[in-house]
Amino acid sequence: MPREIWEGNQAIAEAAVRAGLEAYFGYPITPQTEILEYLSKRMPELGRAFVQAESELGAINMVYGAACTGVRVMSTSSSPGVSLMMEGLSYIAGTEIPAVLVNVMRGGPGLGNIAPSQGDYNQAVHGGGHGDYQPIVLAPASVQEAVDLMTLSFDLAEKYRTICMMILDGSIGQMMEPINLPEMQPIQRKDWDWAVRGKADHERRILSSIYLDVHQEEKLNLRLLERWKQIQASEVRYKEYFLDDAEFVIIGFGTAGRVALSAVRLAREEGIKVGLLRPITASPFPHRAIDQLAGRVSGFLVVEMNSGQMLEDVRLAVKGRAPVEFYGRMGGVVPFPYEILSEIHRIAAGPLSVEADPRGAWLERMAHA
Amino acid sequence: MTIAAPENLVYDRPEGFTETPTHYCPGCTHGVAHRLIAEVLEEMGVIEKTIGVAPVGCAVFAYNYFDTDFVEAPHGRAPAMATGIKRVLPDRVVFTYQGDGDLASIGMGEIVHAAARGENLTVVFINNANYGMTGGQMAPTTLPGMKTTSSPNGRDVETQGYPIRVAEMLSTLEGVGYCVRRSLHDPKNIRLAKKAIRLAFETQVRGLGFSMVELLSTCPTNWGMTPVDSLKFVEEHMVPAFPLGDYKVGAGVAQIKA
Repeated sequence: MPREIWEGNQAIAEAAVRAGLEAYFGYPITPQTEILEYLSKRMPELGRAFVQAESELGAINMVYGAACTGVRVMSTSSSPGVSLMMEGLSYIAGTEIPAVLVNVMRGGPGLGNIAPSQGDYNQAVHGGGHGDYQPIVLAPASVQEAVDLMTLSFDLAEKYRTICMMILDGSIGQMMEPINLPEMQPIQRKDWDWAVRGKADHERRILSSIYLDVHQEEKLNLRLLERWKQIQASEVRYKEYFLDDAEFVIIGFGTAGRVALSAVRLAREEGIKVGLLRPITASPFPHRAIDQLAGRVSGFLVVEMNSGQMLEDVRLAVKGRAPVEFYGRMGGVVPFPYEILSEIHRIAAGPLSVEADPRGAWLERMAHA
Repeated sequence: MTIAAPENLVYDRPEGFTETPTHYCPGCTHGVAHRLIAEVLEEMGVIEKTIGVAPVGCAVFAYNYFDTDFVEAPHGRAPAMATGIKRVLPDRVVFTYQGDGDLASIGMGEIVHAAARGENLTVVFINNANYGMTGGQMAPTTLPGMKTTSSPNGRDVETQGYPIRVAEMLSTLEGVGYCVRRSLHDPKNIRLAKKAIRLAFETQVRGLGFSMVELLSTCPTNWGMTPVDSLKFVEEHMVPAFPLGDYKVGAGVAQIKA
């Protein structure tokens, strides 16, 4: 099939439709609004549910309701809107039902701006809503990858009865790229043994996140953790570039990882043995892959469009066995390949220390830049 | 003759109920409201296709008492959850059961917009003028001058505002098919309340838009009154402040009524 040029947001919307999206609830917010707009036309023409909610609170709770019936349901938003959704996400997690959310991240905190950012990594990966739960978090670096991960999002959410969140920055949401879209999947209402649809053909069912008995709540907490352990064992995804002989490894997700790849290619032309590890699952995080690299490389450089949120996860995996350096841009600024290339030059020239504070050193370099 | 003989039976558990005893305080009218709903679901023959949405508040465990599928919503979000359910399962009967803190305070956005969209849902709204579950704080429906644990000197309208009349407010919206206020303070009003609940569910199954029955209710524990005095309080103080009546009966609904 010939590739077609699609805008990221619209491509995500169509990919979700083709993955069997049966209900969509959303609220306008830049830079993801094109998803809502696209689905406002597409869903009704297929006879599927679409509601522009009164707020992100409304949207996520409509998702919660529809998810209780066992259909494929999604919402999309951008950073401030996702903050509002955290209440509902915690309830969805506590109820153990599948739901998909896309966060097209923008600069923050607060109202921030509408430029590309990766500032919501911690919110997505390390919680966000209250209580003990962890969602699966996917981080595409291109429109094609976002499209491909859309089907996977629904599959993973259903497989583990969990939230699957896709985080991408506004540049992927709004850029146009040539892509292949997946084939249209028919709607398949699966006969889940937990779905609430009226008790005509089953014992009555209740879906709730309330466990007033502390021991029952602890059992839920343990069940969620067990499930998370399975997810960690089976669902880690990442991409490796030039790692076979690499002495230095860049780690970056999404757009930061993609820009870093350009820098890696430029450095390779200069003969610098540098590679890239790009997490696709920001959560579960590729700890083991980094752990194995830590034993044999001379240093890491973490590149992010935030203040070093994933940096902490990398340091946990490296465990002080190799120097970890950091380069970040924030506020909606996307790093240029030459900026990352000069970081590669700096690291390759050495000396590096495992004792150094990567964020502090980066702040000092930023101050003198 | 035994009193359990079927021909002597004058009062029984409706089929819409499970056998779980409720946790409500003695004299509270939640039990009455629950029973009216259970009877209506049984009479309409829709128990098997009903999905209830429980609130946060005293009725948080409503799902234990109704013998239907149920979900439990975050505080105030029941109309949004119900919207999500009804939009993917339009042939099911979906209702929310919400108190005044849940519906008229934290969930005001969700209820107004569900009504404005004309969602085919039924909402049973319990107005007992305070937050019951958390121990009797001031609610949006607390009467002026009424003492609560968070308005210890009586609700001062200068600083704490005025009660919200939800039925009147929602009745202005085009999407609303049926919107009325009833009371549970005596047998006559309880019978009228049941009729209204029936009509609200009929509005839904006929696709005539959003339906809500507001029920003036008691809270003897937090009001610090006997159950009997609580019923008198509803009659003497709440009914004047929240007049009973039909605030909106859409043209299609009026035909069912006739």
